[in-house]
Amino acid sequence: MRGMSLIVKTITNITVGFMFIYGLYIILHGHLTPGGGFAGGVIVAGAFVLKILAFGSERSAEKKSATRASIFESIGGLLFIGIAMSALLVAGTFFLNFLPKGTPFHLLSAGIIPFCNIAISIKVGAGLFSIFLALGAMKYIMED
Amino acid sequence: MSFIPLFFALPLITAFLIPILGKIFKPLIWIVSTLVSFVLFIISLYGIAVTQEIPMVVYKMGNWPPPLGIVMAFDSFSAVTVFVISIISFTSCLFSYRFLSRYTGQWKFYTLLMLVIAGMMGISITGDLFNMFVFLEIAAIASYALVAFGIDAKELEAAFKYMVMGEIGGLTFLLSIALLYAKTSTLNLADISYSLQVVGHTPFFWMILGMMLFAFSIKAGLVPFHSWVPDAYPAAPAPISSLLAGICTKVFGIYTMARIIFNVFGLTRAHDPMFFNILIGMGLLSIAFAGLTALNQTDYKRLLAFSSISQVGYILIGFGIGNFYGIVGAIFYILAHGFAKGLLFLTSGSVVYATSTSDLKKLAGLGERMPTTAWSFRFGGLSLVGIPPLVGFFAKLFIILGAIKAGFLWLAVLAILLSILTLAYLLKIENSVFMKKRKSDTKRAPFTMRIGMVFLVVLIVIIGIGFQPVMDFIVGPAAHALLRGVEYANLVFSHVLVNF
Repeated sequence: MRGMSLIVKTITNITVGFMFIYGLYIILHGHLTPGGGFAGGVIVAGAFVLKILAFGSERSAEKKSATRASIFESIGGLLFIGIAMSALLVAGTFFLNFLPKGTPFHLLSAGIIPFCNIAISIKVGAGLFSIFLALGAMKYIMED
Repeated sequence: MSFIPLFFALPLITAFLIPILGKIFKPLIWIVSTLVSFVLFIISLYGIAVTQEIPMVVYKMGNWPPPLGIVMAFDSFSAVTVFVISIISFTSCLFSYRFLSRYTGQWKFYTLLMLVIAGMMGISITGDLFNMFVFLEIAAIASYALVAFGIDAKELEAAFKYMVMGEIGGLTFLLSIALLYAKTSTLNLADISYSLQVVGHTPFFWMILGMMLFAFSIKAGLVPFHSWVPDAYPAAPAPISSLLAGICTKVFGIYTMARIIFNVFGLTRAHDPMFFNILIGMGLLSIAFAGLTALNQTDYKRLLAFSSISQVGYILIGFGIGNFYGIVGAIFYILAHGFAKGLLFLTSGSVVYATSTSDLKKLAGLGERMPTTAWSFRFGGLSLVGIPPLVGFFAKLFIILGAIKAGFLWLAVLAILLSILTLAYLLKIENSVFMKKRKSDTKRAPFTMRIGMVFLVVLIVIIGIGFQPVMDFIVGPAAHALLRGVEYANLVFSHVLVNF
C-alpha cells in the first residue's frame, strides 16, 4: 500500500479542503487582516504537500506536477510584474495603485493590492510546492 | 512613460516568460533573451543621453514621495554602470547559444541569467538602501545557482563556497542596514545621508562603514576575502564567468561601496585621509597578492580569475586616491576591465568549447586554427595590460595621473610596476594556448561566439581611440556625480525632475 495508514488518509481527506479554503481566505483578505499572498500561498501549498505525503505518489506523476508547478510559478511572477507594468502603461507610473480604492475594510477595496496578493500567492504556492517536489526527488537519485 | 522601471522590469518579465516560452519552442528562449539584453543596451544609451541634460532622474515607485516610498535615483554613475551591464550581458547571451548546446535545462540558465541582470540593474539605479540589499540578493542567489550549473562535484563545491562566502557578506550588509535603520529611522539613501550629517563621525558611524566595507569586499572578491573567486569563475560556464568577472563583482561590491562612501556617508579625501589610505592599501594588497598567485596557475580560467581579483584592486586604488582623476580612472577601469575581462573569459569559453579542456599544459597552437579567438585574446589582454590606444591604457593613465596629483608618486610608480605582472601572466596564456606547435586539429568557434567576442573587441578599440568624448560625456559626469558627495541628497529631494 502506498502512502500512510488509513487513519492518516481519512483525516487528510477531511482536512485538506478546509486548509485549502483557509488559504484562499488568507489570500483574499490579505489587504484587510494579517496574512496575505505569501502566508496564504504557503498554506495552499501545504494542502498539496499533505495530500502527497499521506497518499504517496509515483515518479511520473511527480514529474508532471513539477512541470505544472514551474509553469504556475512563472505565471504568478508574470502576473505580479504585469500588474506593475499595467500601472506604468495605464497611469504612467510603475506600481501606481491606479484602481479605485473603494471603502476601507471592505472586501472590494485597496485597488491593486488584492490582485498583487493573488499573484504572490500563486508564485509562492507553486514555488514552495516545487521545492517540496525537488526535495522529494532526492529519493529517486538515491535509488539510481 | 518613463524608461527607468524598464531597466529591471524587462529582464524580470523575460525571466518569468522563459519557462513558458521554452515549452513552446526552444530556440525562442535564446532569441528573446538576446533581444531583451540588446534593448536594455539601447535604453542605457538613452539613459546616458538623458543624464547629459539632467543631473539626476528621480523616479518615485508608485508615486510615493521620498523618504516614504522607494525612489529610483538615476545619475551619471548609474548610467555608466547600466551601460556596462547591458553590454556584457548582451555578449554573454550571444555567446551562450552554442556554448550551452552540451548542457540540458537551458531555460533555467536563461531565467537565472535574466534574474542576475535584473538584480544588477536594480542595484545600480536604486535610491533605497534596503531595496539595494534585495536586488543584491536576487542577483547573488541567481549567480550561485549559475555557478553550479554544470552540477558536477567541482561546480557544486565552488557554488557552495561562493554561497557561504557571499551570504556572510550579504548578511553583514543586512545587519549594518538594520543598525543604521535603528539609528536613523529611514532607509532612503538620501535621507540616511541627511541623518548621518547630524550624527557626525561617531564610532557608530565608523562601525557601520566598516561592516559595509567588509560585506562589499567579500562581494567584490578583494584579497583577504577572495577565496571564492578562483573556484567560482572556473566552475561557472564561460558566459557566466564573463558576466561575473566582467561586471557582477563590480556592481555588487565596487558600485555599492563607492555610492555609499561618497554619496551617503559623504567621506572626502580632505577630511578622512585615513579611510582612503585603507582603500589604497587593500587595493595594493589585492593587486600584488593575486597578481603573483596568477603567475603560478596552470588553468586558463583559474588564472583569469586571479587576474580579476588583482585588477579590481586598481579600481579600489582609484577610489582611494579620491580626487577627480583618481575617480575618473576608477570608473574608466570599471568600463575597461569589464570589457577586457569579459572578453578574455569568452575566449576561454571558446577554447573550452573547441578542446573540452582549460588546462594550459594540454593546450597548444590554437592561434592558427582559431584566429578570431586568438586575436580577441590579444586585444583584450593588451587592453588589460594598458597598451595605448586601447581603453585599458586610459584607465590606468587616469589612475596614475590621479596618484601624481594627490602627491603619491610612489603609488604611481608601484601601479606601473605591478602592471608588468599583468603582462607576465597573460603572456603565459598567449604562449601556451595560442603559440607553440599545433598537436591536433580542433573545432572552430561558431559564428555567434565570434560575434560576441568581436563586438567587445570593437568596443575596446573604439572607446580607446575615442576616449575624449567618452571622458566628456560618460565617465567625467559620473566622477562628478560621486564627487558631488552629500549634495546627492539635495538632488533626490529637489522633486524637480520627478518621473522623467
